[in-house]
Amino acid sequence: MHFEGEHLLPGQIGHFFVLLAFVASILSTIGYFTASRTADTLLKASWIRFARISFRTQVFAVMGVFITIFYICSHHYFEYMYAYKHASLELEPKYLLACIWEGQEGSFLLWTIWHSVLGMILIRKSKDWEAPVMSVVSLAQFFLLMMILGIYFFGVRIGSSPFTLTRNEIEGPIFSMPNYLTFIKDGIGLNVLLRNYWMVIHPPILFLGFASTIIPFAYAYAGIQTKRFGEWIQPALPWALISAAVLGTGIMMGGKWAYESLSFGGYWAWDPVENASLVPWLILIAGLHTMAIYKATGHSLRASYLFAILTFVFILYSTFLTRTGILGDTSVHAFTEAGNAMNIMILLFLAAFAVPMLVLYLRNIKKIPAEQKEERTDSREFWMFIGSLVFFLAALFIIAKTSVPVYNKIFGTKIAPPEKIEISYNKVLIPVIIIIGLLSAVTQYFKYKNTPASYILKKIALPTLLAAVITTLLAIYYPITYYKQGAGFLGAIYVALFAAIYSVIANAAYIWAGLNGKLKAAGASVAHVGFALLLVGILISSSNKKVISNSSVNGINLQVGKDPMTKEQDDPTENLTLIRQVPTKMGPYEVTYLRDSLGNEKGRRFYELQFERKDAVTKKMLEHFTLWPDVYLMKDNNMSSNPDTKTYLTKDVFTYISYAISDAAKTDTTKFKIKELAEGDTAFYSNGYMVLDAVVKNPENGKYHFKPTDAALMASVTLFSKDSMHYKAGPVVLIDNFGVNHIDDTVYAQNLFLRFEGVTDGKKIKLGIKESDKIIDFITLKAYIFPYINIVWTGLILMAIGLVMSAIRRAKLSSFYAAVALLFVGAALFYMFLFAN
Amino acid sequence: MKRTHIILLIAIAAMIVGLIVFSAGDFSTYDTIGSAQQNPGKFVHLIAKIDRSQPIEYDPVKNPNYLSFYATDSLGGRTKVIFRNSKPTDLEKSERIVMKGKMTSDHFECNDILLKCPSKYKDDKKELEKTISNLPG
Repeated sequence: MHFEGEHLLPGQIGHFFVLLAFVASILSTIGYFTASRTADTLLKASWIRFARISFRTQVFAVMGVFITIFYICSHHYFEYMYAYKHASLELEPKYLLACIWEGQEGSFLLWTIWHSVLGMILIRKSKDWEAPVMSVVSLAQFFLLMMILGIYFFGVRIGSSPFTLTRNEIEGPIFSMPNYLTFIKDGIGLNVLLRNYWMVIHPPILFLGFASTIIPFAYAYAGIQTKRFGEWIQPALPWALISAAVLGTGIMMGGKWAYESLSFGGYWAWDPVENASLVPWLILIAGLHTMAIYKATGHSLRASYLFAILTFVFILYSTFLTRTGILGDTSVHAFTEAGNAMNIMILLFLAAFAVPMLVLYLRNIKKIPAEQKEERTDSREFWMFIGSLVFFLAALFIIAKTSVPVYNKIFGTKIAPPEKIEISYNKVLIPVIIIIGLLSAVTQYFKYKNTPASYILKKIALPTLLAAVITTLLAIYYPITYYKQGAGFLGAIYVALFAAIYSVIANAAYIWAGLNGKLKAAGASVAHVGFALLLVGILISSSNKKVISNSSVNGINLQVGKDPMTKEQDDPTENLTLIRQVPTKMGPYEVTYLRDSLGNEKGRRFYELQFERKDAVTKKMLEHFTLWPDVYLMKDNNMSSNPDTKTYLTKDVFTYISYAISDAAKTDTTKFKIKELAEGDTAFYSNGYMVLDAVVKNPENGKYHFKPTDAALMASVTLFSKDSMHYKAGPVVLIDNFGVNHIDDTVYAQNLFLRFEGVTDGKKIKLGIKESDKIIDFITLKAYIFPYINIVWTGLILMAIGLVMSAIRRAKLSSFYAAVALLFVGAALFYMFLFAN
Repeated sequence: MKRTHIILLIAIAAMIVGLIVFSAGDFSTYDTIGSAQQNPGKFVHLIAKIDRSQPIEYDPVKNPNYLSFYATDSLGGRTKVIFRNSKPTDLEKSERIVMKGKMTSDHFECNDILLKCPSKYKDDKKELEKTISNLPG
């Protein structure tokens, strides 16, 4: 059958590019691998030439694949499954890229693109390491491209191609018609949950982070393969530093995204998907430190190998966890079941890198040189190594907990996550913070090899004192109010807070006391200050997060447990219902839900919330602001909620709509009752009375803007309810070319509609009054105050800048390029995290 | 004592702490409604379905933090569920729910609900087929 209106050429081109890239990746893997094992220089050079051509062909083809997908999605060719599933006509152009990496195939492609870019740099820069390093990168490309291959092999589909046709993928009666395309008016489009600025920027950064972790791994392989066991550290270290900066930023972008636009109520929830990318980062940080130790002292080489290998292995393991659907019931945002063939391929990808590399490492471990002399306990390398070990153990702890669904699958057990997931992580990680904080504060003051005790004491005394004073001041003036877990836990938080503050101060001081202000060499100190600041921010904002939408302020008391320490009501139920136009007390604010309005996108609705803070005595307005949290109302009363946040320097007020489906749409059958009133007359309604103050011609006020030439009358009415509240209302009657129009006014608080029906002969007006027993319009919301959340973001930015500074120094970049790179990184990070919203 | 031994000791100590943490009731279990009813007060995960023959009770104007409904599981267990929070918006649509909480004498006191909804899984082929066959034409 011939189908009408299909555009089949782009798909064929795209599929050709996929095949080309796949074949080229095989050739470049073979080429580089052979080159790395060839001793003869001439032959080696010719193999490298061959491999380079193959790799460049692969890069070209991958770009071709990407451009083709982009073309298909941006032209809304819904005959392609990918466009049908991820694109839609109303999708704003800025989300076109996002809809490409929304899908499984697109995100693999994104990863491949980054490997391509990094591979091109490595070809230029890695000199005599090229052959072994690039064989690893090429092999990874082979596996990633296999995921999007989509060809049948003995009846099994290998990989899922982004160029499949809708009519081949899904069944439906319309596909038996030649003109089926005329029925597919629109695609499904980008999931509304993901329509967010972070969806455009977060995946590329995170995937660059993922992709870059292959480089230390590849160098570790090269180190063993070439038997130059220690030399690989030198070129690998700058890459590891960059990788740590990018991956760390990518992870926290996810946190910022979750915080800003998902209604998890925070930036970190110990969700398996979050953990899966945190764990490789922690191991990478451990690896960075052991690599630095090796470069300075010759110690810790074996550990450096292990950490470089495990970082990438855990990246692959996290891919396995998040993309095979094995997390199932435990994660909010894991990918769905990808099909058995895909699961096996991802597992193969993991095994192909983990098993041979670990075997190679263990078989050569005796050959990897290790210092026979022990580190001294007064040496920097000793404490750095302890720190790395703690990072590594923390990573193992997190991944062991995250892998519970995997054990369940293997052993058929039924272990479920604990009652309080966060506490089960935090009670282990707070001690980790304490150790890491103290170690990172002190260790820089130690010298490599050995350090006179008097030197340490002299230099460290002042920062220690300062940190103690600041922590004490904090405890007095801004105490941590996290009583839920008892005094022991609170004490641990304070110790952790001290350790983190100590680390901030000690590392900042080290830039002057240890380095005499040489900023170029201060990368490590800056990164430590940033990391410690991040910890301070996490501790404060998480411990002192406050729910202000507790229902007790709504006049409803629920039976909940008493707090063991404060003996106050604990665990307030966190939702508050706001009835339209009724001011409600919430925390320090009086909040009024004013109105709702539609957004640009289909089904998006914004709610205007007016926050006012008044002086308790004088009732003077201290501040007021408006927030616009919004929801996407989808088919079948489905809803997704986007928070809105008022950001102060020291705190955020964070609100989101937790329930907004009211029956307002139902038609109201009650009729208006007509009252005839003169100015000053009174009319009664069930809950009070109202006075007609005046009849205003062509009103010009905050609500109406009539010109003197119009013919409009407004009845200015004041309502006095039984509970002695006053409300103003102003229904309007307007005569224009189209006849008589009524603009009704509603007093939601009193369930009252008012209509200006007309004028009588005797200077009276006809006022229509309608009472509805239904509550007309309300929303239910949650609101939090997050204190000092900006410390978290500032800390992250400083850490990333510090890591980049170190990388620049280790790579011996010229100061011009260094300055440009730093300026760019810094500006981009500041913009994204602190100003972009 | 050699310093490598110190390091090893630290690592071992950390492992032991980790093991204690793991074993000391830090995990719960997936249970059926029936077995949860035999262990009232124990924190469990229930995998169940909403009983659609009974009304889902949620009136946010009266109390935005009270949701109650009935749930059944594949083994025929049935219980009333009370969730003191706002109603997850796609609750009615969900095919399967995972609830965390404790069983009391007459109802399941739920702390958290995880929904498994067809709509969340855009890659679900059946859902796409449904969408396609609902197209006009």
